[in-house]
Amino acid sequence: MANKRTNSEWLSDLRSEGLEKDDALQDLRAVIVRGLPFALTKWLSSSDPHFAELVEEVAQETLLRVLSHLDTFQGRSQFTTWVQKIAVRLAITELRRKRWQDTSLDELLEVEGSFFGTRLMADPAAGPEVATEQSELLAQMRRLIEEELTEKQQKAMIAVRIHGMPMVEVARRMDMTRNALYKLLHDARLRLKKRMEEQGISSEDVLAAFEN
Amino acid sequence: MQQSDGMLKKLLHHIGKTEAHELECDEIFELLDEYSEAAARGQITEQFLPLVQQHLEQCQCCCEEYEALLSILKSESAQLN
Repeated sequence: MANKRTNSEWLSDLRSEGLEKDDALQDLRAVIVRGLPFALTKWLSSSDPHFAELVEEVAQETLLRVLSHLDTFQGRSQFTTWVQKIAVRLAITELRRKRWQDTSLDELLEVEGSFFGTRLMADPAAGPEVATEQSELLAQMRRLIEEELTEKQQKAMIAVRIHGMPMVEVARRMDMTRNALYKLLHDARLRLKKRMEEQGISSEDVLAAFEN
Repeated sequence: MQQSDGMLKKLLHHIGKTEAHELECDEIFELLDEYSEAAARGQITEQFLPLVQQHLEQCQCCCEEYEALLSILKSESAQLN
């Protein structure tokens, strides 16, 4: 197998010049290319015509990133695992981008007469009492969201949590980093949780109303 | 729509599980290789990096990447056996 080097040997070879470095890069590329098909089974079939091209592009980009970030490797895992983490991030980011590239955030959220493009209605199959309870709870949730969250938080939360758009893709459209959007949404969840607790609503109670 | 209702239920569940302190995506990325190796060895326990687990439950993007990396590691140990 290509990855018989210890962590120190990988680092040493990649920091050297000439044949040692070339061999290490070649072996590392083989590690990446071998692993990606297992990583991407839920995303893209290895028999898809675009698969080989994606793997090649990701392998190249990964090697560049690895070389420029060698000093950040802290040795808490196998070097190859650290490298494959980078490759997986690159590959899935690209696949997500392609999957969602035709979806506009504004169009997703703009459906006339709805709450940011959702119906959020009671279950039509439920009996009248249950439907009323559900409607009241949904109205309460909707009010909480509208009153507690900033408009940015509302849009992001509905896009991610109700429409299922990946957070990374929402972040891209809102011109934010992934991290910044996670923080925004975390703050939103905290506000809703606190408000629900103040009003004596537990999420379990609300969930139970929809199980009937 | 059924899909909206299902998603709302998930949101409610995640609101309930929200903690005051949560790790951010960048921090998770730093820890992901170590965490994935532990998971591949079957060594994830409640005590081991619970904050990572908590974030993965809240963040589908990070969770997808974790599962993908885990798949690679499991394939490697399958090859060795």
